[in-house]
Amino acid sequence: MKKKILTALLSGALIASSIIVPISADDEPEYSNSVDWDKFRGQNVTINVYNWGEYISVDEGEEDSYDTNKEFEKLTGIKVNYTNFASNEELYAKLKSGGSSYDIIIPSDYMIARMINEDMLEKLNFDNIPNYDALIMDKFKGMDYDPTEEYSVPYTWGMVGIIYNTTLVDEEDDVGSWSILWNEKYAGDILMFSNSRDAFAIACKYLGYSMNTTDERELRNAATALTDQKLLVQAYVMDEIFDKMTGGEAALAPYYAGDAITMIGDNPDLAYVVPREGTNLFVDAMCIPKGAKNKEAAEMYINFMCETLAALKNIEYIGYSTPQKEVPEYLDEELANSPISYPDDEILDNTEAFIALPNATTKLMDELWTSILTANETAPWTIPVFLIACLGMSVGINVFRARKKKRNAG
Amino acid sequence: MNKKYKLAAAPYLLWMIVFIVVPLILIAVFAFTTTVSCDAEGNILSEDELAEYLAECEENEVEPELTEKKVFTIQNILDVSKYSTVLINSAWLALIATAICLVIAYPLAYMISRMFYSRQKLALMLVMLPMWMNFLLRTYAWMTLLEKNGLINKFFALFGLGPFNMINTQGAVVLGMIYNYLPFMILPLYSVMTKIDDRTIEAAQDLGANSWQVISKVVFPLSMPGVASGITMVFVPSVSTFIISRMLGGGTNMLIGDLIDLQFLGNAYNPNLGAAISLVLMVFVFLCMSITNQIDNEDMEGVLL
Repeated sequence: MKKKILTALLSGALIASSIIVPISADDEPEYSNSVDWDKFRGQNVTINVYNWGEYISVDEGEEDSYDTNKEFEKLTGIKVNYTNFASNEELYAKLKSGGSSYDIIIPSDYMIARMINEDMLEKLNFDNIPNYDALIMDKFKGMDYDPTEEYSVPYTWGMVGIIYNTTLVDEEDDVGSWSILWNEKYAGDILMFSNSRDAFAIACKYLGYSMNTTDERELRNAATALTDQKLLVQAYVMDEIFDKMTGGEAALAPYYAGDAITMIGDNPDLAYVVPREGTNLFVDAMCIPKGAKNKEAAEMYINFMCETLAALKNIEYIGYSTPQKEVPEYLDEELANSPISYPDDEILDNTEAFIALPNATTKLMDELWTSILTANETAPWTIPVFLIACLGMSVGINVFRARKKKRNAG
Repeated sequence: MNKKYKLAAAPYLLWMIVFIVVPLILIAVFAFTTTVSCDAEGNILSEDELAEYLAECEENEVEPELTEKKVFTIQNILDVSKYSTVLINSAWLALIATAICLVIAYPLAYMISRMFYSRQKLALMLVMLPMWMNFLLRTYAWMTLLEKNGLINKFFALFGLGPFNMINTQGAVVLGMIYNYLPFMILPLYSVMTKIDDRTIEAAQDLGANSWQVISKVVFPLSMPGVASGITMVFVPSVSTFIISRMLGGGTNMLIGDLIDLQFLGNAYNPNLGAAISLVLMVFVFLCMSITNQIDNEDMEGVLL
């Protein structure tokens, strides 16, 4: 299959005549001539790339496998030092505490907005990234998180929907609505996001609010809804969801579309639906943080990631949706036409992207989230029992000591 | 001679200063400071004033002139009390796990210490064996065992029992703690007990002590240092764990470790509160340790006298 894609790509590239794909491994690879790829060759330049785990095509030892970073190194002579993070918050904490320097980071939308607000990102020089204008879909330009199109170039996008097990969920129940996650029939069979932002977003949509609400009353109502839901929730998870859903351990879970495809591939009983109340559209985009040492080389890397071949290989590997114009033409038919990866515009229009919330709101959200997760968990008697135990212990020791002293004296 | 010893200790001393003392000081600094915004003249603005000022700037379309300053505060420490139930819950679960560990480990350590030497080595290796495997992997394995469709429930289903709800409960969290930290209880107990001379026990028996008296008057007091360090080594990691509660507790049983994690890697990045919680936890652990150390010292004195 992959061979076929390559031939298709080859012919497509020749027709477009902007891209020349390597014909044999011995030839020096050439991509589009949008920039001078050799500019930094021989200058011993290294760029530090900080990305999500499993979020780029790597060489898995198979034939035809494509290692994006190695290809970039081959093409430009720039060395790539590649490291992973597990969450936007981890990335933020790492950058905020200083001490490390990155040239490329790939955070999600709301984190980009927050970093722009806090002056943590460099403005990109789009003269060095001609592929942005040429190859990125217009609907992913100038989105809410970067309205002036100065700081970021989209890498992947996706949506949050409900993954459910068709053998465990009744056809008659309304799966196409967030309210199914509050259906008492499925008590103990529901999984939920363990990060506060995603969990609150679902509760807000369920109640008909914006998921970017800063209204304290609305947030408190969402927290109440989440507290009610807690009785039905089996576990709060992130990546553990893969095992739990494919193993039939739970019936319903909200998660990301790209991962839903992976799970459905492992267990055909699973299905995915985007609730009609609307959902979260997320975009992960490439940015350059303040303090980057090789900004121009980093911009070359961003340009490279927008190249059709690199973007195609990455998307095939990751399984998320691409904002690149030419990639869908080369994708596997099944994937390119998948309503999970590339839904109708009607569904897309009904989505909302996260924006940066004010500090007070995120603090309130985390506080509410903590109280949701701890409410009803501690039986009220544990506090007194604990205190009495501590007190008893110290009194006991003193009595013991006194008795011993007396005995020894006597 | 003395100087040479000191020289040999220097690398560790340096290590301790760089990686233990300095971070501790940093935690304390973080716990007692907060970042505030100041206006151009350096006056501290309250949150309302700040919002007012920002709105004003937006209206007049001027860039707000703000600087950030770190100031001393005890507000972080006061805020920790909001989470006292989490702290007490963690301490409670860790206490149960420690007690059960002690009950399981004590007879086992005694047994091992009375074996032939060659067998002792084998037994110790068996105790250590699970620790050769990655901690996360072992906890993950418990997940598949305890799940609703897990191996244990499948086994019970053969007899028409269950399914039992085992995972995502506090019991599962305690089980995870016991399983992971049991070797830390066995090893110090064993190393103390192996030093108890058989002749001490024989002497007690010669003097007419029955088995119970031998245990309670001779073996137990002599093993007290092992008990104290075993308790420390199980209680401290148990009380601050976060991955066990996340994997086996299903995220519904938030422990103090999860709470600290949330301050640093959560939605609202708040390292000051995180440091304050860590500090409170440290003081709390220190208090608990001083209690166990007291028992230890007293009993040792008693034995010595």
